[in-house]
Amino acid sequence: MCRPIKILYFAWLRERAGTGEEDFVLPEGVATVGALVGHLRARGAGYDAAFAVPRLVRAAVNQVFASPDTAVAPGDEVAFFPPVTGG
Amino acid sequence: MLIRVQEEDFDLTAETEALLAGCKEVGAVASFLGVVRSTQDRPIEAMTLEHYPAMTQRALERIAADAVGRFALLGCTVIHRYGTLRMGEKIVLVLAAASHRQPALDATAFLIDWLKTSAPFWKKEHLAGGHTAWVHARAEDDEAAARW
Repeated sequence: MCRPIKILYFAWLRERAGTGEEDFVLPEGVATVGALVGHLRARGAGYDAAFAVPRLVRAAVNQVFASPDTAVAPGDEVAFFPPVTGG
Repeated sequence: MLIRVQEEDFDLTAETEALLAGCKEVGAVASFLGVVRSTQDRPIEAMTLEHYPAMTQRALERIAADAVGRFALLGCTVIHRYGTLRMGEKIVLVLAAASHRQPALDATAFLIDWLKTSAPFWKKEHLAGGHTAWVHARAEDDEAAARW
């Protein structure tokens, strides 16, 4: 079972991570948004900088706002972005 | 309920007429128009709006459906632009149609307050001299949405 998730990054998270979109195979034991963030941060300085201030990071799973406890499963679309500033 | 996310400009009068067309019970239409602004302290030449297309439409539809139910609206229109917009250009339009003025005015405030805190858009300012800066979310916006 190695169907990937799709991860999207927006605004300054995209700039810091250095990518807007990537496919990612969930490692064993990573089943929530919070665990995924922990795993991504360990991938490099850009990712670490993107997630450095947790209160400035929002997430959505399958286009619905999510919290660190929200479950993530293969095939999901997970997005990370700063607090929104539209309107 | 008309929800549009687009790069192109929109026409306030045309949108208002479209909202009114064939709806005899409407006695009031309230509107909010958001515009790219510049100040003396922070001269802005343009603003780039980025959004999350797969989520934006759904988020706006959810907010609009809430407003329609809550204020018994007879119609509403939300148009939000993305891309690079210059100073003075229109960013967002909210129209709320109801039988009477109070629900129309309240629904307009509700829509823009919620849109500001839950629609996935991000603004980047283009300042004089070629610098750019992401706009930070404001705590007052969360408070404005929470009052509903």
